[in-house]
Amino acid sequence: MIANVPDPMLPQLFRVQRVRREIPDTFTLELEPEEGVEIPPFASGQFNMLYVFGVGEIPISISGDPARRRPLVHTTRAVGTVSKAMRALKPEDVIGVRGPFGSHWPIERALGKDVVIVAGGIGLAPLRSAMYQIISHREKYGKVVLLYGARTPEDILYRREVEHWPAHFDLEVYVTVDNATGKWRGSVGVVTRLIPRAPFDPLNTVAMICGPEIMMRFTAAEFEKRGVATESIFVSMERNMKCAIGQCGHCQYGPHFVCKDGPVFQYSHVQDLLTKWEI
Amino acid sequence: MQTLESILVGHPFFKELKPQYLQLITGCASNVRFNAGTYMLREGAEASQFYLIRHGKVALEIPAAQRGHITIETIEAGEVLGWSWLFPPYRWHFSARVVEPVRAIALDGTCLRAKGEEDHDLGYELMKRVAHIMMERLQATRMQLLDVYGVGARGGL
Repeated sequence: MIANVPDPMLPQLFRVQRVRREIPDTFTLELEPEEGVEIPPFASGQFNMLYVFGVGEIPISISGDPARRRPLVHTTRAVGTVSKAMRALKPEDVIGVRGPFGSHWPIERALGKDVVIVAGGIGLAPLRSAMYQIISHREKYGKVVLLYGARTPEDILYRREVEHWPAHFDLEVYVTVDNATGKWRGSVGVVTRLIPRAPFDPLNTVAMICGPEIMMRFTAAEFEKRGVATESIFVSMERNMKCAIGQCGHCQYGPHFVCKDGPVFQYSHVQDLLTKWEI
Repeated sequence: MQTLESILVGHPFFKELKPQYLQLITGCASNVRFNAGTYMLREGAEASQFYLIRHGKVALEIPAAQRGHITIETIEAGEVLGWSWLFPPYRWHFSARVVEPVRAIALDGTCLRAKGEEDHDLGYELMKRVAHIMMERLQATRMQLLDVYGVGARGGL
């Protein structure tokens, strides 16, 4: 008997419910499935392939709450042809969705431990799902700390939530920006500088990092300096993807396929690759 | 009540410093407080002290025509403000504005330089610690210059 498993290469039809502008050039897409289409369960850190018909398909992490599948939420930056076309979509437009694909943040592994989440720029989007999961089971974790770095105060993603979290849940949020003028009263400096200031037990911590690759390298190095084992550090990688199921080879990263083995990797598995120019 | 020496020993800048040096350095130290909006350092002024920040937040800034004051970075609890006291011509290169009320230990740079000249082991120890801070700030500044979140940057899928 052949199981009724959906073809991973066949996009399911979704309708745009809302396109919300977050910050300049970054937007959130809220999607509802067409009749007869189910939103499959997803884990925080996983991604979907989103297809703007007639333009192209790109991978985007799911940034909504895994416990609340509807609407299906993705946040991305309009930087290429497809993402720019996506930003121009209007409510009721139809879009194709394949997924979810890939590995996820180590939410279960972090149970009983301190959790430090470090996001840089739009890297907060793939980590927001993890934040939702941790917040909804807050009592099962030790200290929970979010360290977030943005370019300027105007570039802080999900600003209302970032401000809301520490006020309503037992967690600490530190935000820093790379550039600011006199009106900003928060921290200025790169996100790595927050790591020595953050309260956590290095020997009992799981760190989750997402942002530009350079930022992740420097951040992981700071965690190592504080004594966090590389096996307890996780990063989310980004590479060009096509098939998303480890067949086409577009996202090959050394011995890994980012779409299938990642995007979330244990840092110790990719640490050496991050400094290899040829990869 | 905490003594100056116990505060110094608990600050990361003096971590694992030999007790005899700590005693010497305590002679150059004093407790200070600054209110929000005041300036701890002024660009161009004589750099005769530096500060171990215990509480609060300080913005290192520089005025720029038409852009107001640009904050280079903020210095917070557990960190050190100022190294121009160690290098001629002993003048501050930036101003430091208090963003959140600061409690700090002020260290007399002239006093420390004199002690470092008398005892080169102490001088070398201080120089290593200041150099370490400079190295860390330089690394951070390099990363800032990379503008990793700039136009076109992604970061995560």
